Amino acid sequence: MRRSVPVAAVAALTSAGLLLAGCSGKGSSDSSAEANAATTSVVNASDAKGGTVTYAMSDAPESFDPGNTYYAFVYNFSRLYARPLTTFKPGPGTKGEELAPDLAESMGKPSDGGKTWTYKIRKGVKYEDGTTVTSQDVKYAVERSNFARDILSLGPNYFQQFLQDNDGGYKGPYKDKSKDGLKSIETPDPQTIVFHLKQPFAEFDYLVSAPQTAPVPQAKDKGADYTKSVVSTGSYKFENYQEGKQLTLVRNPNWSARTDPLRKQLPDKIVLNLKVAQSTIDKDLQSGNTLVDMAGRGVDGQTQAQLLTDPKLKASTDNALGQRLVYTALNTKVAPFDNVECRKAVEYAIDKKAVQTALGGPIRGEIASTVLPTDIAGYQKYDLYPQKYSGDNLDLTEAKKHWAKCGAGNVSTTILARNDRQDEVDAATSVIGSLKKIGINAKIQSYPTSKYFSDYAGVPAFNKSNNVGLIMMQWGADFPTGYGYLQQILNGKAISQSGNSNLSELDDPEINNLLNSAIANTDKGAREKAYADIDKKAMEQAAIVPLTYFKVLMYRSPKATNLVSTSAFSGEYDYLNIGVKK
Amino acid sequence: MFSYIIRRLISAVILLLIVSAVTFGIFFLLPKLAGQSTDQLAQQYIGKAPTTADIAAVKKNLGLDKPVYEQYWEFLKGIFVGVDYKFGPDAAKCHVPCFGYSFKTHIEVWPEIQSRLPVTVSLAAGAAVLWLVSGVATGVLSALRPGSFFDRLAMGVALAGVSLPMFFTGALALALFTYQWPIFERSDYVPLLQDPFLWARTLVLPWVTLAFLYSALYARLTRAGMLETLSEDYIRTARAKGLRERKVVLRHGLRAALTPIITVLGMDLGLLLGGALITEQVFSLKGVGAFAVDSINANDLPNILGVTLLAAFFIVICNLVVDVLYAAVDPRVRLT
Repeated sequence: MRRSVPVAAVAALTSAGLLLAGCSGKGSSDSSAEANAATTSVVNASDAKGGTVTYAMSDAPESFDPGNTYYAFVYNFSRLYARPLTTFKPGPGTKGEELAPDLAESMGKPSDGGKTWTYKIRKGVKYEDGTTVTSQDVKYAVERSNFARDILSLGPNYFQQFLQDNDGGYKGPYKDKSKDGLKSIETPDPQTIVFHLKQPFAEFDYLVSAPQTAPVPQAKDKGADYTKSVVSTGSYKFENYQEGKQLTLVRNPNWSARTDPLRKQLPDKIVLNLKVAQSTIDKDLQSGNTLVDMAGRGVDGQTQAQLLTDPKLKASTDNALGQRLVYTALNTKVAPFDNVECRKAVEYAIDKKAVQTALGGPIRGEIASTVLPTDIAGYQKYDLYPQKYSGDNLDLTEAKKHWAKCGAGNVSTTILARNDRQDEVDAATSVIGSLKKIGINAKIQSYPTSKYFSDYAGVPAFNKSNNVGLIMMQWGADFPTGYGYLQQILNGKAISQSGNSNLSELDDPEINNLLNSAIANTDKGAREKAYADIDKKAMEQAAIVPLTYFKVLMYRSPKATNLVSTSAFSGEYDYLNIGVKK
Repeated sequence: MFSYIIRRLISAVILLLIVSAVTFGIFFLLPKLAGQSTDQLAQQYIGKAPTTADIAAVKKNLGLDKPVYEQYWEFLKGIFVGVDYKFGPDAAKCHVPCFGYSFKTHIEVWPEIQSRLPVTVSLAAGAAVLWLVSGVATGVLSALRPGSFFDRLAMGVALAGVSLPMFFTGALALALFTYQWPIFERSDYVPLLQDPFLWARTLVLPWVTLAFLYSALYARLTRAGMLETLSEDYIRTARAKGLRERKVVLRHGLRAALTPIITVLGMDLGLLLGGALITEQVFSLKGVGAFAVDSINANDLPNILGVTLLAAFFIVICNLVVDVLYAAVDPRVRLT
């Protein structure tokens, strides 16, 4: 029921047979799959080995180090050479959100009311050089990725936030040379690792699915340079890495299928070409030169038009939901949006149909009314600020009513957007047009993505001094639960002086407490209900104007096997077992 | 001549020092003047929600807590003695000549530029040969028959070449000759010494596309220069003396018209060697230009500084070569 996309439902019916064949994991392959087939089934399921799978990307990740990344596509890709304690089973759509033990032999065992989590590492897992992986290596991986942020700064720091404090403050393995290291992670034997948390955390199995728990041998760690020679525990290992140009992976001879029920090690080689123009990637996908667009952000606008107008090409596309919401954050600390009535007026005033068109139409996202995207557990369909249209014109009666209550009159404000994301700038321009009709004169200021959070939108002091009332934003889940989605954008405790992602600066004690109690609750159903409640509370505060539930349009290479578009990684194909047709 | 070249080289070094100081100032001083604190500068190298201790550690590690002149001095010193940074259990070395170290991608700028330079040089040199030959030849032929059908056609094509942006002609060339009719299969750059045939095949489309733009300029420039030169008295004298037309045109006419072309060629080559930004982007070539674009997008200041210095170096050197060539082409010029 959570999937509200009609086209996906059609695909589900038409590819039911494929689903059965795909789940069997062997034999049949079907290159004549329908549009969206990979969102509901495994396309071209095959166990055929050999060949080279070529990926391409228009940019290059800042790091391939599993402990130094925050990109969903690196999370996805890094599993080829780094095994975290748990990971997502390859599966279509929301089925891909199912966790499975990876380096751990089973899911975590909670104790102490969810404050202590214990994992046992599988026996016989080895690094590419044949040495055995120990629990100490996992502990070291968490230490370096979360407690040495002046050196490895790119990943999230959930472990730093939730592990028990050490007296005096642990300074990370590069500075702290004590034998024990971080005291809140214990390794009583080479196979066991125990995490001690400050507070109960019912979704800790999701947290350890981050590549930050993939083991790193301390003797081989080179800090920020580790990205150039990651020591593999996965089915592939680094053969050659040229920064910003190419990464080549080859089979890891010390990987064993006996210790790994998830990976198949199908192709002989995996080549990732970096910094290839997006238009070239799109063409190469169609010609078969490239099998997968690594970033998974979908084809460019020109290719989109070409794909959608040619039925044959359209059949090879997947229009997937990406657990993302495109929204405008209303700054609750800047007048007049510090007044909830003013914010409610904006909720009614923004013409979401016009914004949707500016963002690329329904193919790039359905109109949204909730903070939680439709493909996150806990989503409940509702609309606190329903919009009425007569023809193409938005009825502004409610907007004007609330704006009158707000009493701000004609005001000037600033809206921020990223200038290297044209669709975002277009959407902001559309928002400006909508707001003008109720007396809000907004002017756009746009900045590059690379500095958006560090210097501008993510810096509350900048927003205050520049009268920034509205901020364009797109947010995806850190892990596919309500907490993984909401915590960073609604929790008042997550507000930071730079790199802030709670752009509304909403600090509502009720929401903060709900988030805290939800994550401590071991009842999954109760947690999901709590997430829906938090969503509604946030919408009552009108801190966020949901615009669209982001969708991505990807071209599915007919030459690639085992393609599933998974919700766990923003709608990307699951990279664990992609092979190549012979 | 020798002392002239030495003097020019010394002035080139001084110029490069000035360029480096200005570039350094733009990237490291201007943000400060605009009100950005060193904390904010450091924050861009840390991820979400950095602590005060994280910021202090980054500032210390990258030297952001030092005055800008001291940072600049450290940069200059690094060129001769190298620099050590602390990015893990061991020191990350930026070897001599250290023209910078990317704090984002953790690569040394100079080796990275070195690895990309063959791509850019191959692209620029090959295209230059093409545009020089085709542009000058077209310009000469047009000038010999001004107003003729050929002249009008050639200048019309030249106008199109100048008018059409590189990102359009490049994308069109790719669409037609790589995807529609796969004559030139797309592949990554292959070094010349590894496989000369593949090297050329990979670069043919970028060469032709780039040359189409530049040859148009050169054709128009040559035509204008030739028309002016051919109306000079000494040309009439040469013809009156009974010299063959080919000799009149090539030795007397073209030689004089070449001076401005060499000037422009020097500038163009210098600029291209500093990075053919759009061409490399369109054809996904990993050259210096693509490196510059990526670094700008990523706000990676050490990389940008390195590429800027390289571009300045090539412009200075190409201009020096042009000045020396003047003397060879034009007997009236003497280098003193």
